[in-house]
Amino acid sequence: MRVGVGLPSTVPGSPGSAIVDWARRAEALGLASLGVLDRIVYDVTERISLVTMVVIGPIRSTALLAKQAGSVDAISGGRLSLGVSIGARADDYEATEWPTTGRGRRLSEQLATFRAQWEEEAIGPSPVRPGGPTLLVGGSSGEAFARMARHGDGYVHGGGPPRAFAAAVAKALAAWTDLERPGRPELWGQGYFALGGDAATEAGAAYLRDYYAFTGPFADRIAAGNLTSAGALREFVRGYEEAGCDHLVLLPTVAGVEQVDRLAEVLA
Amino acid sequence: MRVLTIGGGPAGLYLALLLRKANPDHEVTVLERNPPGATFGWGVVFSEETLGALRDADRTTFDEITDTFATWDAIDVRYRGETLRSRGHAFSAIARVQLLGILQRRCASLDVDLRFETEVPTLDGVGGYDLVVGADGVNSTVRRLGEDAFGPSLDVHTTKYAWFGTDLVFPAFTFVFRENEHGLFQVHAYPFDGRTSTFIVECPGGVWQRAGLDEASEAESMAYCERLFAEDLAGHRLRSNRSLWTSFVTVRNRTWHDGRIVLVGDAAHTAHFTIGSGTKLAMEDAVALADALLQEPGDVPAAIARYEAERQPVVERFQRAAMESASYFEHVSRYARFEPIQFAFNLLTRSGRISHLNLELRDPAFVRDVDAGFAFASTGRTSALAPAPMFAPLRLRGLELANRVVLAPPPLDAATEGVIGDRYREALVDAGSIGAGLVLTELAAVSPEGRVTSGSPGMYDPAGQSAWADLLAEVHARTPARMALRLGHAGRRGATRPRAAGADRPLRTRGWPLLSASAIPFTRRSGVPSEATPGDLARVTEAFAASARMAVVVGFDALELDMGSGYLLASFLSPLTNLRSDAFGGSPEARRRFPLEVVEAVRAQWPGDRPLAVRVSASDLATGGAEIDDAIALAGELVRRGVDLLHVVAGQTIEHDRPDSGRTPLVPYADRIRNEANEPTLVGGGITTGDQMNTILAAGRADLCLLDPRSLT
Ligand SMILES: Cc1cc2nc3c(=O)[nH]c(=O)nc-3n(C[C@H](O)[C@H](O)[C@H](O)COP(=O)(O)OP(=O)(O)OC[C@H]3O[C@@H](n4cnc5c(N)ncnc54)[C@H](O)[C@@H]3O)c2cc1C
Repeated sequence: MRVGVGLPSTVPGSPGSAIVDWARRAEALGLASLGVLDRIVYDVTERISLVTMVVIGPIRSTALLAKQAGSVDAISGGRLSLGVSIGARADDYEATEWPTTGRGRRLSEQLATFRAQWEEEAIGPSPVRPGGPTLLVGGSSGEAFARMARHGDGYVHGGGPPRAFAAAVAKALAAWTDLERPGRPELWGQGYFALGGDAATEAGAAYLRDYYAFTGPFADRIAAGNLTSAGALREFVRGYEEAGCDHLVLLPTVAGVEQVDRLAEVLA
Repeated sequence: MRVLTIGGGPAGLYLALLLRKANPDHEVTVLERNPPGATFGWGVVFSEETLGALRDADRTTFDEITDTFATWDAIDVRYRGETLRSRGHAFSAIARVQLLGILQRRCASLDVDLRFETEVPTLDGVGGYDLVVGADGVNSTVRRLGEDAFGPSLDVHTTKYAWFGTDLVFPAFTFVFRENEHGLFQVHAYPFDGRTSTFIVECPGGVWQRAGLDEASEAESMAYCERLFAEDLAGHRLRSNRSLWTSFVTVRNRTWHDGRIVLVGDAAHTAHFTIGSGTKLAMEDAVALADALLQEPGDVPAAIARYEAERQPVVERFQRAAMESASYFEHVSRYARFEPIQFAFNLLTRSGRISHLNLELRDPAFVRDVDAGFAFASTGRTSALAPAPMFAPLRLRGLELANRVVLAPPPLDAATEGVIGDRYREALVDAGSIGAGLVLTELAAVSPEGRVTSGSPGMYDPAGQSAWADLLAEVHARTPARMALRLGHAGRRGATRPRAAGADRPLRTRGWPLLSASAIPFTRRSGVPSEATPGDLARVTEAFAASARMAVVVGFDALELDMGSGYLLASFLSPLTNLRSDAFGGSPEARRRFPLEVVEAVRAQWPGDRPLAVRVSASDLATGGAEIDDAIALAGELVRRGVDLLHVVAGQTIEHDRPDSGRTPLVPYADRIRNEANEPTLVGGGITTGDQMNTILAAGRADLCLLDPRSLT
């Protein structure tokens, strides 16, 4: 299993320059991948994998997203994994005036279009890899697993304890078999962390409660799952590894580039 | 805080006492329409795990409740004159009236304002309360008054039950099955104090009417049941207590709260009594709500939200298991031909919460009997050292499979012009070497146009045939496994690219014309198939027959015809993909006609001592599509035409279907097809462990299991 780190782009108090430092630091410390939430970033690194966890496909323009992802992949020399899902927030759709009904189908159509665009009608820089960026699909419904198996290269899980990840993996593999895909899907997991004692713990919890306020009382549970000690983090990493995870991305809940150093130290 | 609780059942009373206990400043009033000692029903069961939560919440009532408990560890299944006992289960039970008495006394000592014989007809006048709790049971008035907000759905079950008591003390939780001229009746009986047992009689609505119980008085009903269960009651009498012949109602609500009004217990949700969890869930609701109010002091809406978020997933899980269990009892006559030991195992594993391994840990001797019975049915030999069900052999016509495990290595899509390559051959040989009884190939096409992808194999020309022959020689020489060829025609899902970057992506160049029942493309990007003409159908039938002849020559041990996954034969079966107005479309019989003609043509070529399997779709998983009853009807037709095994799959008839996200979603389908069409089934879909296979097989839900190949790597 390879372990990467998320960029603090949605965490308050991280100006653009801090993101650049963060990315460089993560690469310098040998982390495997850089993850971002619902955004694609232009890149300042050279070797590290880039992954979106995840872009809400249905509220974006298909052509534009395909083009952006294609460009990032080309500029980075083929290091992008594009993770997409229908998302969990209704307000994302309200804000962009896309309807929530039919969003699953729209995402499926988008996935088919991305491939077609990268492979055939390449606008913008031509992709480095023949099929374009790696496509990861998330979600937990029967439809989502089937969509992943029909269109994706892998599955991206939405977070939770290793047991939840293992259950989702079983379903992802079953869907992959059902659609008779060769090989196996890449399996991506994620978890939140805040390292640095009580202050970090508190700030991380506050951030998560705010970020997930739309889930109502679940925000508390998500906040409670934040990995705030070296022990909890290591146990989490081991659990994911045992569950068959290929790539684990640990997402920060407090800004400050020292988080990357602490993470690398715990993982070392 | 001022709290009004409507209904003094387990949920209402327990909540009231927990709230007073947590904070003596709370004013808590309970309004109950009945007098203190009056209630319905007899004893209620608790399973072991319930008790921890109750101990932590209130030690006083916990000690009193557990003091009066009747406890036992065995389940008896009486069926066809035999009693099968399985041990190691932990159950306790208590008289409902006792439980309520304990809770009432504790409420009184904590100064809960308990008012009996006070029925609440409306919610006028609850204005002065900070929290109003609807704890008024399955027929909740509070829920009805707030219908628009709660969004209740009431699912009335078709079976009828009567909740009797008897002065016979049963030695175990006892299931009794008795059949008479009116039909099959069941009893769920268990002791709950030193003198009395609960005795619930249940039967399908039709049986109930045939027996004249719909018009019988209470005395006549009891007399009928005493006669029918005379042997089980051993001279003891039944007693009734205000619960005669009702239909269970599964209650669900979109939400459990409406502002400051919140539902708990049966008012919010019920779970069929055959999993005996309603009281437990009701009391745990009370614990969670009391807890949430403590965690969110002064913020009732936040507390309610927290309560609901915590309880909903738990309740849903129980409701799912309860539905499985209820459905089992509704359709139990499906298993009437089972031997008693298998019948008992099937019953114990009905809700998916207990597996072969769980039972083995609880009662090794019982599972030894299950395995011995299974092995006997498989071989006709008795043995004290029976293998686990997955390792029992299976005979299909002249073919003897060493075990029940089937492996189908993932396709590689690397065949050249339909000829399999070395890597795929090695994968099949490996699958045989690791011990699978049967190895199933990926779909081999009956013609070049029948291939799924440009890299799919075929069985239509000498080159392809000789590659398969090499493979078979190797598998048979090097492994004990038998080999089955999956044969089919991709229909409108053909001419796609190798699936490395996705499925159903049409070939850009060097594609081929597609054929289907009707001219509807599979996806927006797929080519439009032509509607098969009578000439096409004749050619396809002949291609299937010719491929079957080749499969005989190269030595396949079994043949599987693919009628699933939206391929050509499947496209005829589904009303979503077959819009024909000729003799091959319209009614279900007409839609089955062409696929059945193909079966007849293939069976005529396939040797009588080798089994023929068909991959059938149990459901299109789509609105307006074919459903399980269509699949059962199809299975019957297949059996009549000499098909020996049904490989049960589902979905992919159309692109945007709605797959179930359960763990092994195909097993219930395989179960129904096996036991209603009376034909062996093969099932896969999320099966990754030996324990899953042993449970499915021993329970008679399928005869062979397809192990997910990726679970081995
Ligand atoms: C046949 C059968 C067998 C069962 N066996 C088991 C078992 O073995 N184990 C188990 O755990 N569960 C069992 N249950 C389920 C269990 O009985 C219920 O889930 C449990 O009683 C729910 O508790 P409650 O407090 O929510 O509702 P109830 O126990 O129904 O209590 C509701 C109370 O509200 C009162 N009330 C109703 N309307 C009003 C009104 N308008 N004004 C004032 N008062 C009102 C009623 O009189 C009643 O006392 C069984 C149920 C059935 C039907």
